[in-house]
Amino acid sequence: MTTQARIRNFSIIAHIDHGKSTLADRLLERTGAVSERDMREQVLDTMDLERERGITIKAQTVRLLHVGEDGGEYVLNLIDTPGHVDFSYEVSRSLAACEGALLLIDAAQGVQAQTLANAYLAIDAGLEVIPAINKIDLVAADPERVAGEIGNILGGSPDDIVRISAKTGVGVDELLQRLVEQVPPPAGDPKAPLRALVFDSYYDAYRGVVCYIRVVDGRLASGQRIRLMATGESHDASEIGVLTPSAKPVADLGAGEVGYLITGVKEIDRIKVGDTLTDAIRPATDPLPGYSEPKPMVFSGLFPTDGDDFERLREALEKLRLNDASLVYEPESSRALGFGFRCGFLGLLHMEIVRERLEREYDLDLVATAPSVAYRVTMPNGSVREIKSPQDLPDSGSLAGVAEPYVKIMILSPTEFVGPIMELVTNHRGEIGNMSYLGPERVELDCEIPLAEIVFGFFDQLKSRTRGYASLDYEPVGYREADLVKVDILLNGQPVDAFSAIVHKDKAQEYGKSMTTRLRSLIPRQLFDVPIQAAIGGRMISRETVKAKRKDVIAKCYGGDVTRKKKLLQKQKEGKKRMKMVGSVEVPQEAFVAALRVDDDQ
Amino acid sequence: MSSVDTHVDARSAYVHIPFCSSVCPYCDFAVVAGADHMIDRYADALASEIRMSPTWGPLDSVYFGGGTPSHLAPSVLGRILSTLESHHGLRAGAEISLEANPEDFSEDRAVELSRYGFNRVSFGAQSFDGAVLEALGRRHGPEQIMTSVAAARSAGMRSVSVDLIFGTPLETDQSWDQSLQKVIEASPDHVSCYALTVEPGTPLNRAVIAGASAPDPDVQADRYEMAEASLEVAGYHRYEVSNWCRPGHECRYNLTVWAQGQYEAYGNGAHRFRDGVRSRNLRRLDAYLSEVEAGRRPIAGAEPVTGWDTEIDRLFVGLRRSAGVSDGPGVQSLIGSPEGRLLREAGVIEMSGDRLVVRRPLLTDAVHRAVLGLEAPPGWVERPTADNVW
Repeated sequence: MTTQARIRNFSIIAHIDHGKSTLADRLLERTGAVSERDMREQVLDTMDLERERGITIKAQTVRLLHVGEDGGEYVLNLIDTPGHVDFSYEVSRSLAACEGALLLIDAAQGVQAQTLANAYLAIDAGLEVIPAINKIDLVAADPERVAGEIGNILGGSPDDIVRISAKTGVGVDELLQRLVEQVPPPAGDPKAPLRALVFDSYYDAYRGVVCYIRVVDGRLASGQRIRLMATGESHDASEIGVLTPSAKPVADLGAGEVGYLITGVKEIDRIKVGDTLTDAIRPATDPLPGYSEPKPMVFSGLFPTDGDDFERLREALEKLRLNDASLVYEPESSRALGFGFRCGFLGLLHMEIVRERLEREYDLDLVATAPSVAYRVTMPNGSVREIKSPQDLPDSGSLAGVAEPYVKIMILSPTEFVGPIMELVTNHRGEIGNMSYLGPERVELDCEIPLAEIVFGFFDQLKSRTRGYASLDYEPVGYREADLVKVDILLNGQPVDAFSAIVHKDKAQEYGKSMTTRLRSLIPRQLFDVPIQAAIGGRMISRETVKAKRKDVIAKCYGGDVTRKKKLLQKQKEGKKRMKMVGSVEVPQEAFVAALRVDDDQ
Repeated sequence: MSSVDTHVDARSAYVHIPFCSSVCPYCDFAVVAGADHMIDRYADALASEIRMSPTWGPLDSVYFGGGTPSHLAPSVLGRILSTLESHHGLRAGAEISLEANPEDFSEDRAVELSRYGFNRVSFGAQSFDGAVLEALGRRHGPEQIMTSVAAARSAGMRSVSVDLIFGTPLETDQSWDQSLQKVIEASPDHVSCYALTVEPGTPLNRAVIAGASAPDPDVQADRYEMAEASLEVAGYHRYEVSNWCRPGHECRYNLTVWAQGQYEAYGNGAHRFRDGVRSRNLRRLDAYLSEVEAGRRPIAGAEPVTGWDTEIDRLFVGLRRSAGVSDGPGVQSLIGSPEGRLLREAGVIEMSGDRLVVRRPLLTDAVHRAVLGLEAPPGWVERPTADNVW
């Protein structure tokens, strides 16, 4: 057990690629947690996808031992946070377990929208925020400008901000010293009844549910009988320990300490993240403030290409959910795509990651439908229904109204791009709100916009209009009534439910036209002509035709080389596996999503 | 059994001659130019390889393909043929084919080849349009096609064939029509029309990648239909996707391949089907030579065709023929499959009496892909063969 005064609990907040994982590696190395010999890049990012994409998805934690300038040994608990907006709920969890946050900013790129959003989360949570400018070794580094931006946001003198290079190690020791000096030690009461916050958990095939916990008051000992205050369930603390970063069992964890807990529970849902642990015999009276469960924002249908894989998909989703409570799904059936699941995601990156993990780790071949949002539909009798899939939208005649979710978006950009950004926002039915300057060259733009308008392509368009310089963050701001219609797409005369979309009335014509054009170029020529139509209700608004293919034969049989011909055709056949039969039409899987990637810049 | 299916019992041999004066830009066969100094060594290797192969009964047909077989002296070709004859035997009246380039073909040579036993010549004419011939890298002109066909005729060749390539980007409907009229005027017994195909790794492919125009499949479909119309009127019937002939002039070697009959093969990159195994020779000339010269058969790989695969294979090779294939478990499996139903609805395949035929030959590969995916019907058992009957 460590004296509270010697404990510092902190997170690192950074935009993707601003060097958070590299800094974490350097801290591990400097404090001797990982020897240089065992150092592999980005120790804390354990998932393959995290390493590949250079992002952190799940929170991680590690305990570092550091000798301060006063000669005393300090325990520094680093609680890693994801950098992407989709995972901001994970950030709040991590922050709730800390007293301080390191705000890491790239010396060339400057402050980004997501960093700012997360910094505000930290400030709101009452954390001590220590800014640091990273990558000062870069040729393009401009620490003075970036320091000015940070000063405008956090206040304080720009000269005071520590400048480091996580890559070369410059400034890292100074940063460690600031952590010791500026992050307050944990404030809990060691004599009070046990209260510990479960700030994350994951499922381990051998050990069952492993919880990451932060002890606030009292003491947690190995073998202690504990109770979860929200669920009321009691368990034995069969193992507690710290992460160094490898798991190391300890006899007890005192107030202010961070570690893990294993109870033998196998079902992840039985221990809720955000719940408070207390002693079963001498319980605390009030739980710690928890956090609200993350709410899915974006919905998409996932269907196995091969209908026989439905059960495998269900099992895979169940397994993914073990470690990702934010993933929700319910069975859905589509005339075009058969049986699958309508899944809810925190955002687009989350959606992409789940789909990629399903395909990669569970070897599933999936068709994903275009992402949509949840609409609130008011029936003539006044009852309100939530619609997560366009195909569920009743005919407009039987509706009193439809409301769609809105988000507040914050865009950070160099000032020169304000014009194009405003145009983009307006084209997407957004309303421009406040504009404030972070410095002479950077501006923050706040807007309100329908979520549906940004779930597809908006981010790419923002990037292309600002040459990659703008960044974006968003948060939900409730529902608003809108004039929405359902556009159906018919292939070969048959409506394809998976292609239906809910769009604003003023955009329906344009949408129908671009959808049919797009599909014409995506659907390969078949054995017969395939008409593609867009319709609202029964009214056709657009039509294209994929002409029948006429030649699909290779002239020669290669002088008796039957094997080679077979192999060639077999390969073509494999390619066709990425096709889904919709009625008698072969539709490439990409069509279900790519059809909506309509770029208004073209 | 339809007459085309009787070729299942035939025995054929293919002899590969890789040598050419120059390599055409579209060609991806195992060929070599500027290696004439290796011809004698290669001919010796062929003889050794023939003698290393298990002996067979007399051959019903022999096909010298390439490359450019006519690039070799008739005496060299004659020697290879006589080695084949002494090793396996030749059935009386066996078809002995030779691929030839028009520029290699004088009347004297034709007479000499005929004396050695060659009785069928297939000319790589490709086009009667000078510009197209040049684009295809051919070394002959349109008039040489006429004289070489005449030379083959007067030397007493039993069957004369002309190959054409259509759909070269330079070609127009008009020039293709003219090629067709000229070929009819030359009056061969057999005509093959192949769509220009851009094969990976060829200079043509590199040109297309660099921006040269590629053959347009719709244009090629038009040209194919033109060929079909003109040739039928002139008395040629189509017996395979790309092959037309006058009655009785079907290429027997090809019929053997398509009837799932057996064929031996010699030379670099050559393919055989013998005793239920499809196998192939080393493709590189030097590798082939050193293997044979070391006293080993130059086999690069082999796949046995057994059980249900034999049935799939029968459809795969047989459906290229206009006569299609006789009914059987594979045919039933195809027409019962979702893909088969689509192909039928689109008029691509059809049952004609007790045979399954491809009615839209330009979509044959779509049929083939469906065939490759077929699974044995429940309860299907392999027909007993001589080996497993008690």
